[in-house]
Amino acid sequence: MRTRTPILVSAGLVTAIALTGCGQAGQGDDTTADGRTQLTMWTHSAGNPAELEVYEQIISDFNDSQDEYEVVHESFPQGAYNDAIVAAAASGDLPCLLDLDGPIMPNWAWAGYLQPLELPTELTDSLLPTAVGVWEDEIYSAGYWDAALAIFARESVLEGNGIRIPTMEEPWTADEFRAALATLKDAGYETPIDIGAEDTGEWWPYAYSPFLQSFGGDLIDRSTMLTADGALNGPEAVAWGEWFAGLFADGYADNSGTVGNQEFVDDEVALSYTGVWNAVAALDAVGDDLLILPPPDLGNGPKIGGGSWQWGISSECNDADGARQYLEFSFQDEYITEFADKQVVIPATEAAAQASEYFGDDGALRPFVEFSQEYAVLRPETPAYAVISATFETAAKDIMSGADVQETLDRAVSDIDANIASNDGYGFQ
Amino acid sequence: MTVTPPTVAAEEPRRELRRFRSIKGRETWAGLGMIAPAGILLVLFLIIPVVLAFTLSFTNARLISPNPPRFVGMDNFVRAFTADPLFVQSVGNTAVFALVVVPVQAALGLLLAVLVNRRMRGVTAFRVIFFIPVVTSIVVVSILWKFMYQQDGLINSMIDALTFGLWSGADWLNDPQTALGAIIFMSIWQAVGFHMIIWLSGLQTIPEELYEAARMDGASPWRQFTNVTWPGLRPTMVFVLVTITIAALGLFVQVDVMTQGGPQGSTSTIVFHAVRKGYEQQEIGYAAAISLIFFVAVLIIALIQRRLTREKD
Repeated sequence: MRTRTPILVSAGLVTAIALTGCGQAGQGDDTTADGRTQLTMWTHSAGNPAELEVYEQIISDFNDSQDEYEVVHESFPQGAYNDAIVAAAASGDLPCLLDLDGPIMPNWAWAGYLQPLELPTELTDSLLPTAVGVWEDEIYSAGYWDAALAIFARESVLEGNGIRIPTMEEPWTADEFRAALATLKDAGYETPIDIGAEDTGEWWPYAYSPFLQSFGGDLIDRSTMLTADGALNGPEAVAWGEWFAGLFADGYADNSGTVGNQEFVDDEVALSYTGVWNAVAALDAVGDDLLILPPPDLGNGPKIGGGSWQWGISSECNDADGARQYLEFSFQDEYITEFADKQVVIPATEAAAQASEYFGDDGALRPFVEFSQEYAVLRPETPAYAVISATFETAAKDIMSGADVQETLDRAVSDIDANIASNDGYGFQ
Repeated sequence: MTVTPPTVAAEEPRRELRRFRSIKGRETWAGLGMIAPAGILLVLFLIIPVVLAFTLSFTNARLISPNPPRFVGMDNFVRAFTADPLFVQSVGNTAVFALVVVPVQAALGLLLAVLVNRRMRGVTAFRVIFFIPVVTSIVVVSILWKFMYQQDGLINSMIDALTFGLWSGADWLNDPQTALGAIIFMSIWQAVGFHMIIWLSGLQTIPEELYEAARMDGASPWRQFTNVTWPGLRPTMVFVLVTITIAALGLFVQVDVMTQGGPQGSTSTIVFHAVRKGYEQQEIGYAAAISLIFFVAVLIIALIQRRLTREKD
């Protein structure tokens, strides 16, 4: 007994230590029984069978194609994915290959999670510019697709109410857009446009900062990346804020209902400002009557957000050559087409677009490709984006609920600037 | 364990002494062994994090950053009170929430407990009904109430129907005037059942003879309550008060699910603000400072409560 209790105590200690360290096990780049190097890969696609199916196809094709590497993948739900990456990085446990949302890339590259992608330039040059992530003149991420936003409408509804159908050559002006909303409200739509304000998180900067940019403001002064002063609280930004608050105050938009495009499908709203991923469902419901319209020109041309999920190689990957081989293999047009058609996203190469059911020259969803090429604005490529995104969301929600626009934007600017200063400029000085 | 016969002890006093020591030693080891599992977990998940938070709160540590953390002295604390209006607002909101929820929830819980403590038909059904919200996940409850509070939601439809369209209700969660009130109302409804059960257990410890004696003295039900029930509930009252206060000060999930601190900061709380600063904005050092302020505040309030409710005799 005298000797046994200390053993119990130390056994307890060992268990506790093992528990804290158990995250370490199983993520190394091991070798398989037949001597192939394992490349671990994480995706955010759990719960998205269409996307996972394509990944599984690529991985099994790649694993069959050669005998040096074997890719082993693990999927996380999107909501928990970024936390998993940050936790893995903190414990030195990152997978070799990981996917990431475009705007977070500079933050992770700056923090040292990622290594330069170093894919052949002819490959990265063939991709949509918004599908390639650049930080400090190095490419750190590349994706198979981009997403785009547009305004959905029914042709019959616009024509029936005498509203001009906008085109890319002549989009709605701010006044025309407002007049159209007023007409539609009079026509009996309680809230004529669904802009998705019931959603939260990254949707807010992704969907609403393009309006700000169309007014001539921005999230940050992109020439220095050191301050938001003047960009986010200048007269253009205030004009945006008042316009945005007006949408809600005048009853043209609201923030209840369900996330997604259901209200448009059910004809409860006349217009829907939403993403390409909802387009096939809308097409099925509305058919030929569906119009995919450019967002309004609020002064500086229509704008939409650019940059979606992309792939990177972690700095901890001990066989980056293998990871590169896999990525190169995965960027074949046939896979890109498959992603595009199964997930309804814009293919990153023109060849893949032409082969696709929806995005070719005659495809029903072709306008999205053109919007993406013409209007897409990347979210600011700075490690401060994590903070900018959260601050903008709070500020825009306050403005939506009637807060003083100038005061709210000034506060947002001081929050963002304080954060940049406390990070020594995020490497920009 | 073996007991040494006394005769042997008389012959060999030194050995007896050693044996006595070793028994004591054994007990010490056994004791240590028994507290080890709990002790290790406490150190790992309570003491180490608290020490870490304390240390981090004096640095500018980031969640993600290649820059090493720097010691910044009291900067974080000064910033919280002078340069972060949302923090000050969050302190105010948390205080208002606690000041309303603690008395109202405790009183309602007691009222319900007295009602369901009667001997009548279907009393179990009532107890179950009041207790259901407690066992439902607060996340689920918050999502459901978020729908009910919508402009065209259930609550406004009900108001509309009851007032024959005279009053159509507010956009509860999107109006800075009503958002915190809406969360307070829902939170009281959700947890009142839990405190009802605690009060109920307290009520059932009061001996029936006391009521019998009171009735024989001709005491009215109200006199019975003030002179028998209430004094008998004193220990329960202290427990209910302390648990509600701590739960109220830690308000987070409802805010996170229903309003994200908005509109215009009207529902932001201290814990929510700390989480938002620490994770969303990656300022772990500053968030640690907020948590430390919160810790000290809760400690002070708990000590005051202990003093006010201590047994005077």
